Amino acid sequence: MRFIFKTDYAQDIRIAKHGGHWFWYGLLLALLVAAPAFAGEYLLTQLQFIAIYSIVGFGLMLLVGFTGQVSLGHAAFLAVGAYTEGLLQAKGVPFLISLPAAALFAGATGIIVGLPALRLKGIYLAIATLAFNVIVEEIIARWEDLTGGNAGLLVKPAVLLGQAVESPAAFYYLCLALAVMVCLGMINLLRSPTGRAFVAIRDSEISASCMGVNLAKYKTLSFGLSAAITGIAGALYAHKIAFLSPEQFGLFQSIEMLTIVILGGVGFLHGAVLGAAFIIFLPQGIAIAKDWLPPGVATSGVQAVVFGLVLVGFIIFEPLGLYGRWLKIRTYLELFPFYRRGMFRRQKAYAKSERLR
Amino acid sequence: MTSNDAVRERSREEQATGSTAFFEVENLGIRFGGVRAVDGVSFALRPGEVFTIIGPNGAGKTTIFNLIGLIYPASSGRIWFDGRDLTGLAPHRIAELGIARTFQNIELFEHATVLQNLLIGRHRHRRSALWQELLFTPGVRRAELAQREAVEKVIDFLDLAHYRDSLVGGLPYGVRKVIELARALATEPRLLLLDEPSSGLNPEETDDMAFWIEDIKNDLGVTVLMVEHDMSLVARVSDRVLALNEGRPIAQGTPAEVQSHPAVIEAYLGSED
Ligand SMILES: Nc1ncnc2c1ncn2[C@@H]1O[C@H](COP(=O)(O)OP(=O)(O)OP(=O)(O)O)[C@@H](O)[C@H]1O
Ligand SMILES: [Mg+2]
Repeated sequence: MRFIFKTDYAQDIRIAKHGGHWFWYGLLLALLVAAPAFAGEYLLTQLQFIAIYSIVGFGLMLLVGFTGQVSLGHAAFLAVGAYTEGLLQAKGVPFLISLPAAALFAGATGIIVGLPALRLKGIYLAIATLAFNVIVEEIIARWEDLTGGNAGLLVKPAVLLGQAVESPAAFYYLCLALAVMVCLGMINLLRSPTGRAFVAIRDSEISASCMGVNLAKYKTLSFGLSAAITGIAGALYAHKIAFLSPEQFGLFQSIEMLTIVILGGVGFLHGAVLGAAFIIFLPQGIAIAKDWLPPGVATSGVQAVVFGLVLVGFIIFEPLGLYGRWLKIRTYLELFPFYRRGMFRRQKAYAKSERLR
Repeated sequence: MTSNDAVRERSREEQATGSTAFFEVENLGIRFGGVRAVDGVSFALRPGEVFTIIGPNGAGKTTIFNLIGLIYPASSGRIWFDGRDLTGLAPHRIAELGIARTFQNIELFEHATVLQNLLIGRHRHRRSALWQELLFTPGVRRAELAQREAVEKVIDFLDLAHYRDSLVGGLPYGVRKVIELARALATEPRLLLLDEPSSGLNPEETDDMAFWIEDIKNDLGVTVLMVEHDMSLVARVSDRVLALNEGRPIAQGTPAEVQSHPAVIEAYLGSED
């Protein structure tokens, strides 16, 4: 068990709390940077997807995990980012301009969707965002002149500083760099007043408001930022898939995105990455498992079923997600043999306060 | 801004000279369905005093706080702070203007540490722009350290150092009551609203609370508007008292005057019939 002795205030706002952090995250980063040297083409593709979906996870985590607003329509922001990137790319706009444009446009869309969120909560907000998702999907399918409709839109490799990002390794580094940047931005935000305001809204709107947090402003901001980050992921997604069509951005995509957050662990940044890795490796795991099943059992529907079961299982048995599970295991090992069951159970409040709304 | 807001804004300016008191409530009232929870309540606070509202259960005391906090829109009346009409403002503006409150049943961020709870109290003192926070510029870092220092002062003041890094959810009720007071103080308010600060506390903790309220008044110079049932605490710390029954004011004066007022005695003991 590690005890951290605090000697000055700056310690609490440092990113790495102790030497171990530097070591392990440094090692992870070194491995990721070195990956193209040893990873095969298949693994590298998986890593690209994990980086992209980690960005998705960060964006959705900001909204769901840290601001407490649910969204079942985030695939729409992914679509806005992807199509903005694809269309600007086709016009010859360089990546350094089209990427911020994708983020800004998705962010602006997010702010517009965030406005109804000011009045809606829980399941109603979920339904409203879901409806928005359907609308965007429909617009993309119908606006054929712009988006190519159901026939799809081809996207060429990104052009960064005059160079086409074509090789898998180059694109991988692009995804990795953006994922790291978004992650650092999130960490910074969460240790600043804005991040604290988000978390305050999540935990008690009434208290937050009494402390001077403008609920309307911060909820909209959270939607906007979350959508902008998802837009960045969308731009990368466009280049990765190279072919965009409306059905890629349907409800199933939104649910998959939400799964990242729930599986990974709501309210933990690590959770976004773990969740992303999980859903990227899940299909492969199923493919391997299929070989062991008697022939005839394994059909194409297996993936969706496993997906649903895993999601429901986590919600019921491990609401803190993969990262929460890891925290428990780590605490168990650190405290062995003193770990008590129920250590992570939240204590019921003595008197539930008057809920003012 | 909608045209409606603009009209309200203009009328607010016109009335900006309506009160010269530090804080004044004028003919405040609200109905819930057929119930007049608060009806025709008026009082004015002098800077630096402790003013207490007493009354039997359901008298409308908490509702007055919620009206001041703009959580409910008043059906009638006005609220002035520093000569400014508060009615029609958004709820978060109250804290920005320097009014902080605690809740009768504690409204803390249960899943956060004591320190994180108090830091939220610093929200109205933030200065950084979003892009600066995303980059965590040296300016943001400096501001964060300054916020931390301000919070540590409150922690020292209320003797909470022992709990600084504990999760609020797991702490005893009495401690959480103090943390809520600390969070309100962290905003550096000019007016502090305390809803039953001693409820749920044991005699020893109540005694501490009385000391702190006196310190808040004398050392910090904060004006306190309080709702309280414990009459010995009321008599000890209050400069003036307002008694309320069924939403209506029935007596106002020094603690001794109000306590011996026949209407107050009747309200608490019930009338003969
Ligand atoms: N949101 C609401 N909707 C309907 N009625 C309400 C609401 N809030 C308060 N009331 C009613 O207004 C009256 C005054 O309630 P309030 O909570 O202000 O009493 P109080 O003086 O704080 O009492 P206590 O000493 O029990 O805290 C009560 O009759 C209560 O039922
Ligand atoms: Mg009350």
